[in-house]
Amino acid sequence: MPMLEVKGITKGFGTLDVLRGVDLTVERGDVVAILGPSGSGKTTLLRCINFLETADAGTLVFDGESFELGHVSKRDIARLRKKTAFVFQNYNLFSNKTALENVTEGLILGHKMPKTQARDVGRRALDRVGLSDRYDYYPDQLSGGQQQRVAIARAIAPEPEIIYFDEPTSALDPELTVEVLAVMRRLAEDGMTMLVVTHEMGFARTVSNRVIFMEDGVVAESGPSKEFFENPKEERTKAFLRSIGTTMAGESGKKENQAKE
Amino acid sequence: MDAHAWQVFAQSFDDILIPGLCMTIPLTVAAFSLCMVVALLLAMVQYAKVPVLRQFARFYIWIFRGTPLLVQLFIVYYGLPRVGIVIHEVVAAIAVIGLNYAAYCAETIRAALESVPVGQVEAGYCTGLSYIQIMRRIVLPQAMKTAFPTLSNSLISMLKDTSLAANITVMEMLQKTKQIVARTYEPLVLYIEVGLIYLAFSTILTWLQGRGERRLSTHRVKRRRNENADA
Repeated sequence: MPMLEVKGITKGFGTLDVLRGVDLTVERGDVVAILGPSGSGKTTLLRCINFLETADAGTLVFDGESFELGHVSKRDIARLRKKTAFVFQNYNLFSNKTALENVTEGLILGHKMPKTQARDVGRRALDRVGLSDRYDYYPDQLSGGQQQRVAIARAIAPEPEIIYFDEPTSALDPELTVEVLAVMRRLAEDGMTMLVVTHEMGFARTVSNRVIFMEDGVVAESGPSKEFFENPKEERTKAFLRSIGTTMAGESGKKENQAKE
Repeated sequence: MDAHAWQVFAQSFDDILIPGLCMTIPLTVAAFSLCMVVALLLAMVQYAKVPVLRQFARFYIWIFRGTPLLVQLFIVYYGLPRVGIVIHEVVAAIAVIGLNYAAYCAETIRAALESVPVGQVEAGYCTGLSYIQIMRRIVLPQAMKTAFPTLSNSLISMLKDTSLAANITVMEMLQKTKQIVARTYEPLVLYIEVGLIYLAFSTILTWLQGRGERRLSTHRVKRRRNENADA
């Protein structure tokens, strides 16, 4: 049974149809990369799946429980969100809270964890993303890469079943991108289920096991990453891969490996 | 200026200061407390886009911001008795000044609430917080920090505007000064004297504002706490 299944999701903003019937399946332990040109609906898809936008129609099945999108109660949304986590393009850390408080806030208030336990869990989460020396720093005292790693720590701390990443490195300089991708790579190796909207071809190619390629609000092609990059079937996919250039993909993959070493 | 003027100046100091301490300041504290409660409510219903209440807030602000404070005082104190509503002058002053300033402060607070990036609200939802928790823990603390200097401005402004209550017979500093002037015929030194006392009060508030802003600067507070923990 897939952990997450989305069927026929549609979403329009005014006269603009952003999603025109998207299907998607994520198995436990999958790392799925959602690729596609700007404006293809990738981010909207992710936001609809986590109810940050209300989809017009479609079905969402999570852990075997089925929901009619557009008609999900606030209670169910709150319940589902406790099993998931979201990492934003702009980090969206709480600016009035330290790194550690950013991680513990949801544990204490949302997940009703006792404070001392939450602080232990929070410190461990920050340790995992390499920020053991930054517990008491405020977001504006941290670099973009560090802020995004705090955001990832905040996401993993409650041990969600899946983490949604919305272009987690798009706002970062190349060298900071590397440190964030390295953290995500380790999460993937630890078996975390991840759904990642990204422009990082190197990451999609080497870390994700499946790729979904979107264009104009529909899935143009999907399949195992290796096959997608080495042997794309659709003409549109081939054109996209040509347009971004294989050199770029190769380079960012290399940089990441260097950082890891 | 002659010796009589200076003598009156010196003798009247206590007579003016006492209503300042016993009326102007308590009046300001009471009116500003009322103002903050009402302003917060007016700002929140607009920020949260609560139907009906939100339109009410806009209407309220339109009325109170669009008419002079002195006219509002006159309507409540001299006008309402005509329909059988008689309000004590101090209560009328507190209510009218507080409600009037609430209209301005509501806009200050609303702007501050809206200045908190909406992404932090979304992040709050995604980490399992409820709307109330997000407001209380994330949005309001940041908004109040942003609003603090402007609200301090309003407080200082209000302190001086309590002198308008003299027009509805409240025995505050200006009213008392007017009485002494009527007795001694020394308007110049006496009005300058009351002005200086207002200036002294405002100076204290300005100093308090500076202290408040330093306290609200979270980094400093946190660092100090850490240093203490290390020691």
